[in-house]
Amino acid sequence: MSSPTRFKKTSLIALAIAIVLIIVGIVVNLLPIPDDSMWRVLFGVSTLNFTLRATVPLALGAMAGILCERTGIINIGIEGMMLAGAYAGFVAKVATNSWPLMPSLLFGVAAALLAGAAMGYIHALFSIKFKMDQIISGTFLILLAGGLTAYLFNPDMVAEGKFSPIAIPFLSKIPVIGDIFFNNPPITYTALILVAILHVALFHTKWGLRSRAAGEHPRAADTVGINVNFYRYMNTTLGGMVAGLAGGFLVLEAVGQFQEGMTAGRGFISLAAMIFGNWMPFGALGAATLFGYTQGVQNALLLAGVVNIPRHFISMLPYLVTIIAVAGFVGRVRPPAAEGKVYETEGSSE
Amino acid sequence: MSKDNIPVLEVKHITKRFPGVIANDDVNLTLQKGEILALLGENGAGKSTLMNIIYGLYKPTEGEIYVNGKKAEMHSPKDAIALGIGMVHQHFQLVPVMTVAENIMLGAESVKKNGLLDIKKVSKEISELSHRYHLDVDPSAKVEDLPVGVQQRVEIIKALYREAEILILDEPTAVLTPQEIEGLFEIMKRLQAQGKSIIFISHKLKEVLYISDRIVVLRGGKVVGETTPQDATQEKLAAMMVGREVILTVDKAPPSPGNVVLEVKNLKAKSDLGEMALNGVSFQVREGEILGVAGVQGNGQTELVEVITSLKKAEDGQVIISGEDMTNASPRTITQKGQSSHVPEDRHAYGMVSTYSVADNLVLNIYNLPPFAKGITINRPAIIKHAEELIKEFDVRTPGPLTPGGSLSGGNQQKMVVAREFSRPIKLLIAAQPTRGIDVGSIEFIHNQIVSKRDEGVAVLLVSSELDEIMALSDRIAVMYKGEIIDIVPREEATRENIGLLMAGVKRGEKV
Repeated sequence: MSSPTRFKKTSLIALAIAIVLIIVGIVVNLLPIPDDSMWRVLFGVSTLNFTLRATVPLALGAMAGILCERTGIINIGIEGMMLAGAYAGFVAKVATNSWPLMPSLLFGVAAALLAGAAMGYIHALFSIKFKMDQIISGTFLILLAGGLTAYLFNPDMVAEGKFSPIAIPFLSKIPVIGDIFFNNPPITYTALILVAILHVALFHTKWGLRSRAAGEHPRAADTVGINVNFYRYMNTTLGGMVAGLAGGFLVLEAVGQFQEGMTAGRGFISLAAMIFGNWMPFGALGAATLFGYTQGVQNALLLAGVVNIPRHFISMLPYLVTIIAVAGFVGRVRPPAAEGKVYETEGSSE
Repeated sequence: MSKDNIPVLEVKHITKRFPGVIANDDVNLTLQKGEILALLGENGAGKSTLMNIIYGLYKPTEGEIYVNGKKAEMHSPKDAIALGIGMVHQHFQLVPVMTVAENIMLGAESVKKNGLLDIKKVSKEISELSHRYHLDVDPSAKVEDLPVGVQQRVEIIKALYREAEILILDEPTAVLTPQEIEGLFEIMKRLQAQGKSIIFISHKLKEVLYISDRIVVLRGGKVVGETTPQDATQEKLAAMMVGREVILTVDKAPPSPGNVVLEVKNLKAKSDLGEMALNGVSFQVREGEILGVAGVQGNGQTELVEVITSLKKAEDGQVIISGEDMTNASPRTITQKGQSSHVPEDRHAYGMVSTYSVADNLVLNIYNLPPFAKGITINRPAIIKHAEELIKEFDVRTPGPLTPGGSLSGGNQQKMVVAREFSRPIKLLIAAQPTRGIDVGSIEFIHNQIVSKRDEGVAVLLVSSELDEIMALSDRIAVMYKGEIIDIVPREEATRENIGLLMAGVKRGEKV
């Protein structure tokens, strides 16, 4: 094993990408560069705005992954949890279309959280109680959510309204930064704050210390009286909730409607962001920003119509970057040591 | 100690059954305050199981535990910790990626008013504890960066941090260097002086006689005797442990060396960290002799064996086996064409596949040869028959040939490796730490096997960090120091003192 500092680096790289993006964005937008310049296309406010919108579900998905995997439960089912959250949020919204907009939307969010939590709990139950292979259990959740939502979805249902941006006083007046960060709908703010909260909680609270111990060396945790599986149940369920919120974001804040298979691989890209970010909340946010940015650029390039490359190649961009990032970095990150391993209390040693 | 003293810990009629095995059978044990009680027994005698019961990790099938005269209800380690019982496990229970402070507070965290962990306060408490008991550790160091001896100190502080009055040390010396062992014994005496009671688990007789006040011997899950260091001798203890007379010295005839089998010329190699670990090593081993390689661990012995067996590449120099240059040849060439055997230092990493059955482990180096291979398929019946023969011949205690190798006790795993390596016709035997971490009975057996190989005319290269083992078996003793062979001494001229000096890098004739 090489020195631990090397492992931290990837999360720093991921974070640095996000920061560079913001700085370049500020510089480009403050300089008098002509509107049709490539710089404007690549770093304009609208591109960066789109980046943030694409980043939020990825960041939430990655946070969901971190919550589960830090306690030792592999979660490849984020895609399914997101989709379940999206559908539940949609149904709840449609059912309460007659309510005033805000309560109806919040009811949708609650439903998304609940559906995600239920998916998370099922995953925990399969993984811990029934000692099922966690990859299989995750795959099952993806198939379940995909099949069930497609079967139940009624295209005649229409959700009326979605979350609209809330400008934060003063802060939203800052040039460029205000436009990008401080004039957003509520789930976007929640997602960004959640990253910070998760970081502090993981590394500076009792809950975080115990959760990480459960994921790194469960027997060590057990020998000091920590109930390993309790933490695994709790965090996998919480992770499901956060993934559900990502689904809720898609329906209630981004698109406004549900579509079959609308998560479109975001759960998997979230996992890539989590790995690239080395299971660190800010690292994963940085990676999610990179992936989100490629979607933003893809969008901007297609809108600008500046290039003579076939559009299909441009549409490939986000997935291509994901593959390159994960392939290039996956050997340099260190997952939680006990990830994917069932913990049994008695008779596992000797 | 008077009779009416209430023992700090009393174990009454503990029985523990695992499916198919009785690990503890009606065990009774008392521990007085301020006492160091040694629990002695072979691997698999039930020592660790008993301790895990006392620590609340296992539930006893029958029996009761009393702490300070009161019956203790133990459902998890939490209850044991609350009763002042602390345990340092044989395999340390530390999270490698976390700091010392994080590991120590885990499960007993200090939290500030705002809900965040109070690392500062914990670090201060750790510093106080380490000062009081002379247990030097840096609270902010990451555990994975610390040497084993320091990790053990962290484990001890972890128990003291939880205000443990009873300390269970499960085979604490198994992973330590001789210097670290001395340090540990000093710590134990200091803890005893402060009124702590200690249960010390070991199968090393010398240590037990040196450090303990009272010795309880466990065999086959039962208490078979109790004694004190004053009344006991190594021979007596060994006999109690094994259940028969054990000969601790090895009987052997003078060697009759023949032709040179292994010749190493000016060998140079790097360690895994990229530093030079072998700086031009040369020696010869002849038929019918045992060349012992002594030295403090980490002076190039590991690399020497790895280069000879071709697990590591030589940077320079030659390895000649039976007259043929086999430097950097494939390991299979060296084992099959060179007719050599290798008992590796780390049996789990190089000697066996833990999840494979005993039978499969016994053919790991010959599975591709008839009768075990028939064309591209494996001949199961032949493998099983082969296993049954070797299990009998080498006294490997296993429920059967299909039991996974990893579930045997350490001594029996080693016997399994030895059985595989010794049962082929060989000319060269390379044995690295052949008896590390195994019990007296198995050590005696393996030593006799090595000597009988020598008597058959095999050239033996024995690498060991146990000086006693080197002295008992070798015909000539090579001492390694900083990647070089500092001297080769004939057994008749070797004493513990002059070999010890060589191990410290002082050459013969030099003044200290």
